[in-house]
Amino acid sequence: MIELVYFAWVRERIGVDGEVLPLPPGVVTVGDLLDWLSTRSPRHAAALADRAAIRVAVDQTFVGFDAAVADGVEVAIFPPVTGG
Amino acid sequence: MIAVRVQPEPIDAAAATAALITDRDDVGAVVTFTGLVRADDGLVALTLEHYPAMTTRALAAIAAEAEARWPLTGGVVVHRVGRMLPGETIVLVAVASAHRAAAFEACAFLMDWLKTKAPFWKAEERVGGTTWVAARADDDIAAARWSTT
Repeated sequence: MIELVYFAWVRERIGVDGEVLPLPPGVVTVGDLLDWLSTRSPRHAAALADRAAIRVAVDQTFVGFDAAVADGVEVAIFPPVTGG
Repeated sequence: MIAVRVQPEPIDAAAATAALITDRDDVGAVVTFTGLVRADDGLVALTLEHYPAMTTRALAAIAAEAEARWPLTGGVVVHRVGRMLPGETIVLVAVASAHRAAAFEACAFLMDWLKTKAPFWKAEERVGGTTWVAARADDDIAAARWSTT
């Protein structure tokens, strides 16, 4: 299983704070995961459509779309940060 | 050591800064940055969302980088989360050192990296609706000037 958590407008567009899902076969990288998530519902597709506006952390560390995802990780998906 | 805190309560900048010099005689410079909510374009309130499992870790990593780069005697980073009103403090960074150059530079570095590497998101509340703040390219440029590569 992987634990997905969403923040800011990604959370609002998908409509949930997060979800726990089985790691699908063939999903090796963060990019694969985003592609697969986009097929889950129109809301997911809309939230993830603009990949330039999507940032990802795996196990609380920022990663690129080429980073690996493995069973048991926490994947956070959110827009570019705007704190401070 | 630079302390990092994330809190929903209002930030007491004076107390946090005073703690950097209490009972010490080796501090020659304290530089502070206070970020405040502006009432731009009829803004009613600002809400800061964050990623609790990651926020403190990200701030601690930024603080550790500042400690590695400058000879500091202490410091504190306090970021507020939740809903706040115009005039209230969003973030406080205070850095103490023997001399001013290290304190000025470390304070600017901490803010530049915090704005681009810590998982906070601002939502602006106005009459008629709430909108998420877009990231600014200027912030990426400011953060990049501290890059060692």
